[in-house]
Amino acid sequence: MKLSTADVDYVARLARLEVTQEEKEKFTAQLNDILLYIDQLNELDTKGVAPMSHAIAVTNAFREDQAAESLGTANALANAPDARGEFFRVPKVIE
Amino acid sequence: MELHALTIHELQEKMKSGAVSSAELTRSVFSQIDKVEDKVHSFIRLMREEAMEQAVRADEQIRQGDIRALTGIPIALKDIVCTRGIPTTCGSRILQNFVPPYNATVVEKLVQAGAVFVGKANMDEFAMGSSTETSFFGPTRNPWDLERIPGGSSGGSAAAVAADECIASIGSDTGGSIRQPAALCGVVGLKPTYGRVSRFGLIAFASSLDQIGPFTKDVEDCAIMMNVLAGYDPRESTSVRAEVPDYRQFLGRDIQGWKIGIPREYFIEGIDPEVSAAIARAIETVRQCGASIVEIALPHTKYCVAVYYIIAPAEASSNLARYDGVRYGFRAADARDLAEMYSKTRRQGFGPEVKRRIMIGTYALSAGYYDAYYGKASQVRALIRRDFDEAFAQCDAILTPTSPTLAFKLGEKTDDPLQMYLSDVFTISANLAGIPGISVPCGFSASGLPIGVQFLTGHFEEGKLLQIASAYEKSAAVEKRRPAL
Repeated sequence: MKLSTADVDYVARLARLEVTQEEKEKFTAQLNDILLYIDQLNELDTKGVAPMSHAIAVTNAFREDQAAESLGTANALANAPDARGEFFRVPKVIE
Repeated sequence: MELHALTIHELQEKMKSGAVSSAELTRSVFSQIDKVEDKVHSFIRLMREEAMEQAVRADEQIRQGDIRALTGIPIALKDIVCTRGIPTTCGSRILQNFVPPYNATVVEKLVQAGAVFVGKANMDEFAMGSSTETSFFGPTRNPWDLERIPGGSSGGSAAAVAADECIASIGSDTGGSIRQPAALCGVVGLKPTYGRVSRFGLIAFASSLDQIGPFTKDVEDCAIMMNVLAGYDPRESTSVRAEVPDYRQFLGRDIQGWKIGIPREYFIEGIDPEVSAAIARAIETVRQCGASIVEIALPHTKYCVAVYYIIAPAEASSNLARYDGVRYGFRAADARDLAEMYSKTRRQGFGPEVKRRIMIGTYALSAGYYDAYYGKASQVRALIRRDFDEAFAQCDAILTPTSPTLAFKLGEKTDDPLQMYLSDVFTISANLAGIPGISVPCGFSASGLPIGVQFLTGHFEEGKLLQIASAYEKSAAVEKRRPAL
């Protein structure tokens, strides 16, 4: 077992994902299966291999720094679960 | 044959000559939808009124002689591409009420080409799945056997084309999500080179792998769709400034003297014998077209699934961090503070497969594990790409099965994520290497389920890909059946 239920708890907190006790147990078993499968990568010696981060060679894509049309406040707020005035509204952050 | 069963190129002839109007065609498509949609469930949302308006506008354009690449053709869109003013859910509860304020670039291109939009097609939640069973809106069924899955994640887009609920459709492919459902539903599906089609407005899953592509009834239609979709987009930083040829010019050209690579690693234990037999026949057909068959090696093939299941979830865990119930989408009620609002929203908004991948990805990227997982996977990914570079030095195109199995039954793999992941074993490599791939129908099993053959070529060689696919399609002359629904 690579992962304990306590590890799953920790990862869920990092992911801001509430999990039930039942999910925790199920995920622990399934994630262990998947990680065990992934372990086969360690058969390969990859010393000195440059990691590939993109499927094709891409460089930074720059454009002229010119103002263009943007979404606008009303459009940006249109899908908000809770908005007031020009702001997104959320539950309190600090005590 | 009824109008909804025809191809884009057949319908264009009829519309150009005035024999058929887009309004008649669109009505025919919706009458087919009315007949079969209850059984197949290809769509999350139908756009009947909008489609009829677009069809009337298309007919007006045809009368004025303004005939474009897709004027009046009914198209379905996977519900992962943003449509202005039309809800776009990505198959998830968390985006159930999301109404995009803009169109994806591919949607804009289709509008410019004169297309009619039939609806938003069903999909695995956030495109995570190989069966369309993880959709919050319920599964899509395979039109050839309603007890079976259509493949995924673009299962709705594939089923809609197979069931004649549209003439062509748009899907997205991160590890096989266009090609695998195309194979299992008996239609043509193409994943372009990474960078060939703009992803602006595509809801992101794994950004180093995602590509948008078409589903069609034949290879000629696929070329027509690629002519519309391909090209550089200044709004998409990974789209490439490479010239887009007229893909139709590659149709009907022969493949005399081509070398076709058969990777020995793709003929593994566990392939359905009927799939093996169909692929053996496909190889023979290609040989009869004048190509020579060469055995090639892609030695790192067995590691593709493992690499993918680090890279895709890692990127997904990052991309999906934006769903926090603040700016758009679902928000859980009754949270005491902000942190609780985030974690309750995400618990209630995401389904089990999405949560599983967020968990794998978060773990793989967490402090102390990055090098062992994401770093290692990115190195092996480089080796996989090198395999293809070496292979394409020896051959013009590669031929493989698209899926190791026929369409499986609903529920068969839902409790075993790893088994589900392995159904993408032949398609994932193209995403990791960034190369284009196409699945073309190559026959039916004894039980009447479709089988697909996959062709792969080098980066930006969609022209060659369509050339071999069209030569194969013509020579194989696979029986044109329609599912009995």
